[in-house]
Amino acid sequence: MKTIQFREAVCEAMTEEMRRDENIFLMGEEVAEYNGAYKASKGMLDEFGPKRVLDTPIAELGFAGISVGAAMNGLRPIVEFMTFNFSMVAIDQIINNAAKMKQMSGGQINVPIVFRGPTASAGQLAATHSQAFESWYANCPGLKVVVPSNPYDCKGLLKSAIRDNDPVIFMESEQMYGDKGEVPEGEYLLPIGVADIKRKGTDVTIVSFGKIIKVAYEAADMLAKEGISCEIIDLRTVRPIDYDTVIESVKKTNRLVCLEEAWPLGSIATEITYKVQSEAFDYLDAPVKRITTTDTPAPYSPTLLEAFLPQVGQVIDAVKSVMYVK
Amino acid sequence: MAKKRITKATYLKWYEDMLFWRKFEDMAAALYIQQKIRGFLHLYNGQEAILAGSAYAMEEGDNMITAYRNHVQPMALGEDPRRIMAELMGKVTGTSRGKGGSMHMFSPEKGFWGGHGIVGGQIPLGAGLAFADQYLGRNNVTLTYMGDGAIRQGSWHETANLAMLWKLPVVFCVENNGYAMGTSVERTAGQTPIHKLGEGYDMPNRAVDGMDPIAVYDAVYEAAERARRGDGPTLLEIRTYRYKGHSMSDPQKYRTKEEVAEYQAKDPITLCLNKIKEKNWATEEEITSINQRVKDLVAECVKFAEESDFPDASELYQGIYAQEDYPFIKN
Ligand SMILES: Cc1ncc(C[n+]2csc(CCOP(=O)(O)OP(=O)(O)O)c2C)c(N)n1
Ligand SMILES: [Mg+2]
Repeated sequence: MKTIQFREAVCEAMTEEMRRDENIFLMGEEVAEYNGAYKASKGMLDEFGPKRVLDTPIAELGFAGISVGAAMNGLRPIVEFMTFNFSMVAIDQIINNAAKMKQMSGGQINVPIVFRGPTASAGQLAATHSQAFESWYANCPGLKVVVPSNPYDCKGLLKSAIRDNDPVIFMESEQMYGDKGEVPEGEYLLPIGVADIKRKGTDVTIVSFGKIIKVAYEAADMLAKEGISCEIIDLRTVRPIDYDTVIESVKKTNRLVCLEEAWPLGSIATEITYKVQSEAFDYLDAPVKRITTTDTPAPYSPTLLEAFLPQVGQVIDAVKSVMYVK
Repeated sequence: MAKKRITKATYLKWYEDMLFWRKFEDMAAALYIQQKIRGFLHLYNGQEAILAGSAYAMEEGDNMITAYRNHVQPMALGEDPRRIMAELMGKVTGTSRGKGGSMHMFSPEKGFWGGHGIVGGQIPLGAGLAFADQYLGRNNVTLTYMGDGAIRQGSWHETANLAMLWKLPVVFCVENNGYAMGTSVERTAGQTPIHKLGEGYDMPNRAVDGMDPIAVYDAVYEAAERARRGDGPTLLEIRTYRYKGHSMSDPQKYRTKEEVAEYQAKDPITLCLNKIKEKNWATEEEITSINQRVKDLVAECVKFAEESDFPDASELYQGIYAQEDYPFIKN
């Protein structure tokens, strides 16, 4: 094993795949000469040259759409959005073209493309720069949506995403790029659509994904001191969702808390809650709780941002409330 | 509207305004390092002559809209700079009550409509402000600013066509500072100069020296008059330079120190001061007292912001909908 940063996991996954397959290219703002706005493509221009690592103007609709067209015609693009907030400029190309092409053409046309970049809050960046669109993309049939939470998952899943013959949305975080973790020295892949039980536990199941899962770890550490054992499930993929792993866990713990850094209405947490009540109703000993951001745009001010984002204390309270302890 | 004369008073105002904007931004940078301002912070240093010249061309009721490099524009239109500093620090006394931060300043009462963080997002909004003025029969124009990077967005092209089709009273001003983050203008387009992007829409267009407030005034005045006459939009490519990095964490490897120095030699504040001295429009003492006033006002802004409160957490749900009792989900 070796220890690498999250950004290196992104870079290694792209680099290894581009060595295997000449039809893969990387395109986006500042990905080439600047080595990536967050240095996730460091050294890739040097290795692959400007034909395969392309800086674009600020023209998300254009370069996302061009990449979809290229994918239809035999290439395997990786498109970086500087953040997924800016994918809103390109979302028509993703939803109406990338996600629909296969079905609309009666199955004739594949769109093997990865759209990747950071998602959700990265500090005090205010309303337009702090959004989490995981559930928006996950809502759309035709797409797959992957949201890793550590370097190991990131590398293995990104490699799978690049090899996948369907369009994959791959969401990272500015605040995770510096996180370190162990990965195998050699090649490995992780399957899309399989959740991972990050911590085994017996009393309560906490379901989460992406950066915010760290809040669950902290809460679980504190709860452990009080003798409460949390099982933490990292969905890793939010389309398709690995419902079975969640339901199996709930059948064991009989209690569920969902933690998600996104707005509550129509969230992934809501979807998980529906499935659990539908398939494990008789196993539940308490109503399911969800912790999300507040139902508001993200504010700039530090006091408001703290109130906006899910906090450790909220998770602890939710766990205690589903356990009916004070 | 009659063209205004450029007088001694104009120069003295320009000098004091531009110096204040520069010092205000320098202070913001210092406060960022102290972590009193967070997030992104994009400074206007080097581009001040564009704002000085543009603001001079504006009439009562005219509008301005720009991107995220937007701290000083509202001040030029009369906003209290203390409220801008408070916004930068996330205080409840800020222009957006601490909710917008550095990238989202708004002073609609003064004709300043933001402050927009999504590159190119403000371009149609500017034309929309103009649409409303035209619809309501007001003789006003909207100055719509964008970067050299922003004009590569599709939003520009759709808006340019519509603005020409409907002869909207808007002036599109590209602040060409040479770079979009680390990407030079040459690397974003096969086509230069930028102002030629107007040609495809038959939109009058020209390049302007953005280091000279008089050149900017002349160009914006002429374009605004065209708009007021009902002859529609103009595209100005105003050539300038940003002295600082794109935001606060930019190692600036894409340019040389010499290139920065070359533009600093044409610094609009220094040139303005030179002219004042050359013409004997102010004594050394008078200049010293302007400089002191600027310094004092910056200090006052910081004091006001420091002494203001952060918004209470209950503010989170305020001002999102016009409907006051909107039923938010509270999990
Ligand atoms: C749609 C969108 N894409 C990308 C970004 C990230 N971004 C912020 S500023 C910027 C560069 C803009 O350059 P330019 O328009 O020349 O303005 P300048 O910063 O030079 O004033 C980029 C790429 C963004 N905010 N919005
Ligand atoms: Mg620029």
